Amino acid sequence: MASLWTLSPLLSACLFWPACLALTPGAEPLHPQNLPSSLGLNSSDGSPSVDLPMALRVFSVDYHHVQAPFEIVLWIMLASLAKLGFHWSDAGYFLPGRLFFENLGTILWYAVLGTLWNVLGIGLSLYGVCLLAQSSLGDVSLLHCLLFGSLIAAVDPVAVLSVFHEMHVNEQLHILVFGESLLNDAVTVVLYKLFESFLRLPAVSGVDVFLGGCRVLLVGLGGLFVGLFFGLLAALTSRFTSRAQVIAPLFVFLYSYLSYLTSEMLHLSGIMAIVTCAVTMKQYVEANVSERSNTSIQYFLKMWSSVSETLIFIFLGVSTIQDVHMWSWPFVCSTLLLCLVWRASGVLLLTAVANKLRRNTVTFRDQFIIAYGGMRGAICFSLVFLIDDFPKKRLFITTTIVVILFTVFVQGMTIKPLVELLDVKRKKRGLNTVSEEIHSRLIDHLLAGIEDVVGYWGQHYWKDKFEQFNKKYLRRFLIRDDHQARSSILRVYQELERREQRGYEEATPPVVDPRSHSRPLLPEEMESIRRILSRNLQHFNNMQRPAYSRHTLHQDATMGRARKPLHRHQSLGERCTYNTQGEDGEFNGSRRGRAGLSRSHTVCSMSPRPVLQDASVPAASAQTRGRVDPDSEAFREEQISPEQHEAPAERAARKQLSFVLESEKQP
Amino acid sequence: MGSRASTLLREEEIEEIKKETGFSHSQITRLYSRFTSLDKGENGTLSREDFQRIPELAINPLGDRIINAFFPEGEDQVNFRGFMRTLAHFRPIEDNEKSKNAAVSEPLNSRTNKLMFAFQLYDLDRDDKISRDELLQVLRMMVGVNISDEQLGSIADRTIQEADTNGDNSISFNEFIKVLEKVDVEQKMSIRFLH
Repeated sequence: MASLWTLSPLLSACLFWPACLALTPGAEPLHPQNLPSSLGLNSSDGSPSVDLPMALRVFSVDYHHVQAPFEIVLWIMLASLAKLGFHWSDAGYFLPGRLFFENLGTILWYAVLGTLWNVLGIGLSLYGVCLLAQSSLGDVSLLHCLLFGSLIAAVDPVAVLSVFHEMHVNEQLHILVFGESLLNDAVTVVLYKLFESFLRLPAVSGVDVFLGGCRVLLVGLGGLFVGLFFGLLAALTSRFTSRAQVIAPLFVFLYSYLSYLTSEMLHLSGIMAIVTCAVTMKQYVEANVSERSNTSIQYFLKMWSSVSETLIFIFLGVSTIQDVHMWSWPFVCSTLLLCLVWRASGVLLLTAVANKLRRNTVTFRDQFIIAYGGMRGAICFSLVFLIDDFPKKRLFITTTIVVILFTVFVQGMTIKPLVELLDVKRKKRGLNTVSEEIHSRLIDHLLAGIEDVVGYWGQHYWKDKFEQFNKKYLRRFLIRDDHQARSSILRVYQELERREQRGYEEATPPVVDPRSHSRPLLPEEMESIRRILSRNLQHFNNMQRPAYSRHTLHQDATMGRARKPLHRHQSLGERCTYNTQGEDGEFNGSRRGRAGLSRSHTVCSMSPRPVLQDASVPAASAQTRGRVDPDSEAFREEQISPEQHEAPAERAARKQLSFVLESEKQP
Repeated sequence: MGSRASTLLREEEIEEIKKETGFSHSQITRLYSRFTSLDKGENGTLSREDFQRIPELAINPLGDRIINAFFPEGEDQVNFRGFMRTLAHFRPIEDNEKSKNAAVSEPLNSRTNKLMFAFQLYDLDRDDKISRDELLQVLRMMVGVNISDEQLGSIADRTIQEADTNGDNSISFNEFIKVLEKVDVEQKMSIRFLH
């Protein structure tokens, strides 16, 4: 998934530059020829008959007249479209966010240092080769070699993704390679531009190098902030698109593209901008837009990724056979060899250091795959075209093409059998079961707590802090009121429910199958839930979906209830802290959250008191309290009364909610 | 230091703790200074109030239960040994330990013991089973206010269904272990204690 995201952008980007360059020179010769040819065609067509040629003539003139520019435009359009596909890449959108941030340190380590290592290594070694082969390669200067090194050293996310996508290696490995390829864009771009500007300078001083270093930071961070900015903007926009669901996906795309363009305009890292934008957007947009919009966004992303990928490789192939090549055995072979060698050594060294600081070590097998999976792709290709012309430029182009083809085809094709041969740990298939989700969550909270006790500001601490900030400010601001607060546990549960309803086998965790005797319970429950809904909700229009799908609830939510967002914190019984209740409009669709509502009110009113003992009559008492409290708290909820009649009976009959509220405050 | 003689950490104690928990010398001393900084009453033990004074712990949904886990059954004070014993569960499993056979009793930070710790966060009444109610309580704490009781109940039911093999509508420890077999508990439940 993540792969598709990066594929398209990169592909399109790469497509764009060479397309423009390669085709513009070609255009001119065509143009002057066209007119005479069209004229010629005119006359030749004109000869056979009178009527038809008239029609033909008109037709052919027009076509030939516009042919050249038309083709150019077509190419450019395709390229730009592919470029649009760029940020429509689902790299950011489908990025497994949590894993990414957990491994961020290592990823940055690889991306920045690894790329530097590779660039310098390859550049310097190539220069050595050039010195050795003075006869044929004598005029390639050090700077040129470094420049070449900078563009050839970068691992290409597109290529990586397209290959890794099929392999289903374990998530950590995937995210490492993928994250690295994304983030090294900043380094690559800067280094490339740096060396290029050095080439133009009469002399290079130490200050310039230092400034170059600062620039890497600036480019990377700048791209990040641009992406963040647009991501938040998009999230904000999506908050208000409730009336026009159809255009919501459009915003996703447009904002992504804008972020890319802006960062390119400012000479910042476009890839980083796009990925950041998508990552930021995802959380909030997903919550805000309807399910249909979400689906369309996802599918569109995938479609564009595929298209871009195809286009870019077509382009690559075409230029391979079309261009005039300059060949030099030593140069090409040594480049290939050096790429492999330097990458392998780089990975080994860096991992050795990184493993000391990481929780999960990167095994040797993983390291091998990381090194082997460092494929070069279309970005190198476009970069090499952009070099200022110098005698050996053709050589560089040829070498780049060879390297790309080699890494993508040879390495790409063999990596899969290698993965199987080496028995690299594979990805866990399928969705987390609800149990896993819940227990993992428990463990997360537990670990955060223990880290607090120990006074250790580990990743759980920061994650927690971020989550609190997120909940308190960002979500309140960026997510539509009635869509806030969606627990991931619930999401997993809903997703599983949804898939089961649709009968998708693969989504059903195998764990559940053996217990098929208990499975009928769920659809049955679903039925009873739906029955309640149909009875109580006059405008519950979508019967197929599980009761609490985002989409259906959204319909209810637009009924225009004004709710003061209240959010309750389950603190230690003593404090009934922030009384901000996130919208339980979510589930209002189903049981009107009167349960949730009453629950929250019960808690809010109860929390000062140690223990809620009405285990036996939770429903009734909660209901009465619930009914009273909403009014007192200025909570207007339509249709709450009809439901509340039904609900207690149902609830008391069905479930024993002996929810002993908060014996949290220890006696 | 005289009045706090009882709270001085003696070498023998450090050695004992080291053997019992597997922490290194420097880790133990570092954690001891943390212990003393939490111990406002300066009596060499921590009470629940001492823990509750930790700000982030207060807003942790499972805060109370975590605190509870430090205190042995029925007691209100925990000394340094107990503190370390609890923390030992979260020590990362080192590779060389994995190969050590269980000549000593199973180390505190083994996978099973880690899982037992998590299990006990659910199982308040210590009957070695997570009942539906216990599950619901924890769910409610973690998931917050915006999910209705029924929905939560469904989730709890499903969780139990996924785990329950013997049909007693609750999760035993072995079932718990089985459900989490695909989760990398050793990594998730480890803190890198700084040296």
